[in-house]
Amino acid sequence: MAPDNKLAFDDGWQYSPAPESTDHIKLKKKYELYIGGEFVAPVEGKYFDTINPANEEKLSKVGLASTADVDKAVKAARKAFGAWSRLKAAERGKYIYRIARILQERSREFAAIESLDGGKPIRESRDIDVPLAAAHFFYYAGWADKLEYAFPGRNVKPLGVAGQVIPWNFPLLMASWKIAPALACGNTIILKPAETTPLTAMKLAEVVADAGLPPGVVNIITGAGDTGAAIVNHPGVDKIAFTGSTDVGRIIQKALAGTDKKYTLELGGKAANIIFADAAIDQAVEGIVNGIFFNQGHVCCAGSRLLVQESVAEAVIQKLKDRMETLIVGDPLDKNTDIGAINSAAQLKSIESYLAIGQEEGGEMFQSSCSVPDQGYWCRPTIFTGVSQSNRVVQEEIFGPVLAIQTFRTFDEAVSKANNTPYGLSGGIWTDKGAKIFKMTQSIRAGVIWANTFNKFDPTSPFGGYKESGVGREGGMHGLDAYLKLEA
Amino acid sequence: MATAAKRENERLAIAKTYKIYIDGKFPRTESGRYFTLEDKKGAVIANICRGSRKDFRNAMVAARAAQGGWAKASAYLRGQILYRIAEMLEGRREQFVAELTLQGVAARAAEKEVDATIDRLIYFAGWADKYQQVFSSVNPVSSSHFNFSVLEPTGVVSMLAPETSGLLGLVSNIAPTIVGGNTCVVLASESLPLCAISFAEVLHASDVPAGVVNILTGFKSELIEHFASHMDVNAVIFCDGDKKTAKTVQEAASINIKHVIRRTDINWSDQSAQHPYLVRDTQEVKTTWHPIGV
Repeated sequence: MAPDNKLAFDDGWQYSPAPESTDHIKLKKKYELYIGGEFVAPVEGKYFDTINPANEEKLSKVGLASTADVDKAVKAARKAFGAWSRLKAAERGKYIYRIARILQERSREFAAIESLDGGKPIRESRDIDVPLAAAHFFYYAGWADKLEYAFPGRNVKPLGVAGQVIPWNFPLLMASWKIAPALACGNTIILKPAETTPLTAMKLAEVVADAGLPPGVVNIITGAGDTGAAIVNHPGVDKIAFTGSTDVGRIIQKALAGTDKKYTLELGGKAANIIFADAAIDQAVEGIVNGIFFNQGHVCCAGSRLLVQESVAEAVIQKLKDRMETLIVGDPLDKNTDIGAINSAAQLKSIESYLAIGQEEGGEMFQSSCSVPDQGYWCRPTIFTGVSQSNRVVQEEIFGPVLAIQTFRTFDEAVSKANNTPYGLSGGIWTDKGAKIFKMTQSIRAGVIWANTFNKFDPTSPFGGYKESGVGREGGMHGLDAYLKLEA
Repeated sequence: MATAAKRENERLAIAKTYKIYIDGKFPRTESGRYFTLEDKKGAVIANICRGSRKDFRNAMVAARAAQGGWAKASAYLRGQILYRIAEMLEGRREQFVAELTLQGVAARAAEKEVDATIDRLIYFAGWADKYQQVFSSVNPVSSSHFNFSVLEPTGVVSMLAPETSGLLGLVSNIAPTIVGGNTCVVLASESLPLCAISFAEVLHASDVPAGVVNILTGFKSELIEHFASHMDVNAVIFCDGDKKTAKTVQEAASINIKHVIRRTDINWSDQSAQHPYLVRDTQEVKTTWHPIGV
């Protein structure tokens, strides 16, 4: 089956630049730490730059929180906990509703900053990250005074102070996933955004302040791994919520051993996107593209492995390559951009090392022939064919726009290959048969299964992994569990 | 050990060899080691298998092999099998009371413990086809998708049974684990191991598929780290134990991000020790999305 309706995007038509305006955004030259309801300078007076990965220019600088700052933040959160947890639940909810509303009002500013600081296409930050973040606050706000209905037969109590450490791939969205349920359940918070993407978190601190939350209920401090470790290890913290790599998750779980701290870990993934011969192939190809190239592949639940049934493999791969040629890689602020900048120099280096490894292991690499800007960090959409199950590009999370493609003949072979990694975060299945969908969704050992779709998120939908992809769920009613004590 | 015949014509009782339970069979420990269980006066009650790391690994292979099939069994069937375990235990009530008494439990307390154990099995048997309805959800997502979340067994659970409640504590942990489709490898109470092995015989007669429950006896100090570190274990339940033990378990569990479920200070004979959240502890939440359209 040769694809005869090849898409022709390169026949002379050019896209004119369509940049999102940034003249309306407010960025300060320097962001201090948000502790106890105030922006305060870090104790040691140190700051670090945050840059735009699309042009390597400095956007601002943020405070480097030391152990002393973490201690201050924990004390502020601890102090605020009593009154916050005793506050009438409906009132607690109203504060969270306020945050949702202010985020909606300022959504375009947040979207532009998210794209500037993290490199993601404005289309995604505008249409996905920011609206979903606001929706998350709105959803959990309503839970605040209804918690007893979520856990039949139990009495629920807040845990206390939650330490939350989040990654750089969805900075604002991950902050909302962490903060919204924690607040709704009556906890107070210390949140640390990733060191390469601190700006929307600090802007969120402004929102929290504008919403009038009592001082110390939400504390947002910036720093790198050491700051995160100080939060994890602080004895005044009752709960740790972490999203990031499995390697760091392991370190955190080990560090928490012997303590009474509760934890949730949302870690890595290596999802299989499985295309059966009876799938709607063109839709499946769109699903593959969305699965791996969404957010430059910086997605823990990315469909980073394609399992395609042998009889249609050739056609699917050809259509995929044709589609990849149409993807626009470049300025994250341009509304036509499909794939933005790789988040950091370090991440680009890591991805490039996998490109070398994949080829050394015998995989055949194909990259689209698009141009990329001279400045900044870029990676063309990439696929590997001819790889086997034990190849590192099949087993390990690359966290970039790199897809490993394998084929299968039978249903059982697809299941066996899909489940054959240490991860279990997500999976995709494309078929026209409902019965096959249900059998597959029961067979894949992963927390989120997308059938005839991929990379969809919603505040009401629980998200989280099996196996080495983590512990606990975020989102939906199930996401409340992470922030409550359940008592008889 | 059997007491000697006191009089010439009295029948000599047959003492049971307490072995371990792996994959629906009753082997001795591969290590050939044993420890003696003594009564208060220091008389030997039985030679108990001192299980080894290799026994544990063998049991893990059996538990993993059995897990897929057990999870696929219908909720109705799993419920009936748990009910069957209760039936078998009821029929052997006197034996268990005698065994508990032999291990130093007062007669009345022993009877109460066996009765409570039977009732607990009935309790969890009833949850088999209900917990899913309590803990599942259909999620009203904003986009045009049908989205639902269901519970699925986490997989293979390693379990360090309560030390001071040799039968009730053991069963109170096994029942909610297996009713949810998990399989398990259990280390019995070190000081009260007899009922665990006799309970394996009950399981064996109750249509519980081989490998679903595997029970070892041995030294906790020797085996605990293996129970927590084995790479094919999905969740580790450990009962009792101090903070230091908790640390050992949790550190070892972090190697592959196991779920760690610590159950301490629980009075297993209390009604509050039975609830469906014990089932939920060893479940994963799976969310499925599908577009709505034509």
